[in-house]
Amino acid sequence: MTQMDIALASPALPAKRESMLRLFAQQFITSKLAVLGLILLVLFLCLAIFAPWIAPQNPFDIGKLNIMDSKLPPGSVSSSSAMTYWLGSDGQARDVFSAILYGLRISLIVGFVSVSAAFVIGTMVGLISAYFGGRIGALLMRIVDIQLSFPAILVALVLLSVLGKGVDKVIIALVAVQWAYFARAARGAAIVERNKEYVQAARCMSLSWQRILWRHIFPNCIPPLMVIATIDLAHAIALEATLSFLGVGVPVTEPSLGMLISNGFEFMMSGAYWIAFFPGIALALVVVAINLVGDHLRDILNPRNEI
Amino acid sequence: MQTRAPSSSDKCLLDVQGLRTWFHTRAGVVKAVDGVTLQVKQGEILGLVGESGSGKTITGFSLMNLVDKPGRIRADRLFFDGRDLQALSAKEYRALRGNEIAMIFQDPMMTLNPTLRVDTQMIETVQAHQRVSRSAARARSIDMLVKVGIPAPEERMSVYPHHLSGGMRQRIAIAMALLNSPKLIIADEPTTALDVTIQGQILYEVQKLCRETGTALIWITHDLAIVSGLADRLAVMYAGRIVEMAPTADIIRGARHAYTHGLMASIPTFDTRGKSLFQIPGSTPSPLNMPEGCPFRTRCYRATSQCVKEPVFEETAPAHGVSCWHPGIET
Repeated sequence: MTQMDIALASPALPAKRESMLRLFAQQFITSKLAVLGLILLVLFLCLAIFAPWIAPQNPFDIGKLNIMDSKLPPGSVSSSSAMTYWLGSDGQARDVFSAILYGLRISLIVGFVSVSAAFVIGTMVGLISAYFGGRIGALLMRIVDIQLSFPAILVALVLLSVLGKGVDKVIIALVAVQWAYFARAARGAAIVERNKEYVQAARCMSLSWQRILWRHIFPNCIPPLMVIATIDLAHAIALEATLSFLGVGVPVTEPSLGMLISNGFEFMMSGAYWIAFFPGIALALVVVAINLVGDHLRDILNPRNEI
Repeated sequence: MQTRAPSSSDKCLLDVQGLRTWFHTRAGVVKAVDGVTLQVKQGEILGLVGESGSGKTITGFSLMNLVDKPGRIRADRLFFDGRDLQALSAKEYRALRGNEIAMIFQDPMMTLNPTLRVDTQMIETVQAHQRVSRSAARARSIDMLVKVGIPAPEERMSVYPHHLSGGMRQRIAIAMALLNSPKLIIADEPTTALDVTIQGQILYEVQKLCRETGTALIWITHDLAIVSGLADRLAVMYAGRIVEMAPTADIIRGARHAYTHGLMASIPTFDTRGKSLFQIPGSTPSPLNMPEGCPFRTRCYRATSQCVKEPVFEETAPAHGVSCWHPGIET
């Protein structure tokens, strides 16, 4: 009984259960730049989600467009005096600001969907190859190596030239070029985790391999994968813009930011700079905002920086 | 050695003969375990003592059949509870592992998954082997936490491992090992990472629980002092072999093998106060480059030309086996 008393007298439990999320938030706000990036990112997300309510004009409703208002410089009032083109209008009299909001939607959807899909596929491949090792693991990793040895833009261009145009096809192409990064990172993290004692202990308990892999190893691999996911999100958006600019990405009927830049490019020389310039600024801000968040995430989630 | 007695109280639970776990690496064959022979009776506590690299942990893992490639496990005889472990399929072994044989690990910081709550880990351990409801599994987990001396178990169930102290975590690991009422527990240096007071508590607790439930225990350690107060019998391991095995009292009073002498003499006592402690000369030979014959002969003060030949494990006294050409009590 004395043993029990000792244990009772010194309960080594913290009075308050600090939540992991709060600790994480406390660490995150240490960088003002990252907070700024996050605010910008949230702002862009809101703009994209609520575009139909915020935009002064539906840029895809051809009936509402007045061809007399085409190529108006920023700040011009429309011929019907109903609205002001704060960021100008393009060759088809579309409000550039509205077009940016709708373009942001497409760009962000493409980015998020492709990164999520690449995350799932890449993580599965990486974890399975790490856990089983041997020939299957080696084969999977050689596929990853081959994939990574080609430039992303080249693979995407080849794929899109086969698949054709469309938002779904762009997403497929982006997943195809990005899953390998996740596979490699997941494998690296899982190999470290696999040799830890808690995995040995789980194997001693005869838990099934699926359970060990997904419930025990996977949660411990999330931090490095989150960093890659944010940085890849910026890559995906920029890559989609590049592809659209080159004319192999999204169709003209669903213009993303890259498509808008491409459309405005032809007017650059004639002085109507705003048609390409403002979508370009928007794209740059989105990518920079995501990168600021990603960089700081990498700093705080890096295990070497832990106390 | 001990023969299998028919009476149930003296029944042999684990019978291992000539266990060899070799790792076939590019540099050569590493004989981590090379001919281990040991028996554990029901409810018995066996101390497996040896220095780092002597193959104690690999012996434990071999019994669990958890040695990864390039390791290969072979044995002349590997019986547990009347069943031939070598004849079991992977599925049958899985049903055994964590259920009838459980394992406790060295580092309590590492054996619990940092991202899962204590209750999740305990409940899944129960449910891995038995079809019971979550609430039943939970109730059993709480019962077990009470048994290992954890105050306010309900509260401890819903926290993450990093909220708990090392001693607390090791108690939880022990509770998890006991959850499915195993017949044998293999404890791999479970108190090494803990401070001395907690060590004492855990030792006391584990011994009590094993005696109450009739669970046999193999306590793997490098600390002869700890295990001598706990175990019924001691097996001393050196370079992948059992060099001496006897009831604890016989080893303490009259060890026969020169290596066991060395281990005993290196424990600080009142007699050795102020004097420098005995040290076994040299270090463990590389597993890739074992000396021929007796592996200890290069460090042994009794070694003669005869030791180049492999010594035979023989009983020099009843229940006291030693693997040495020149066994003797005096140091």
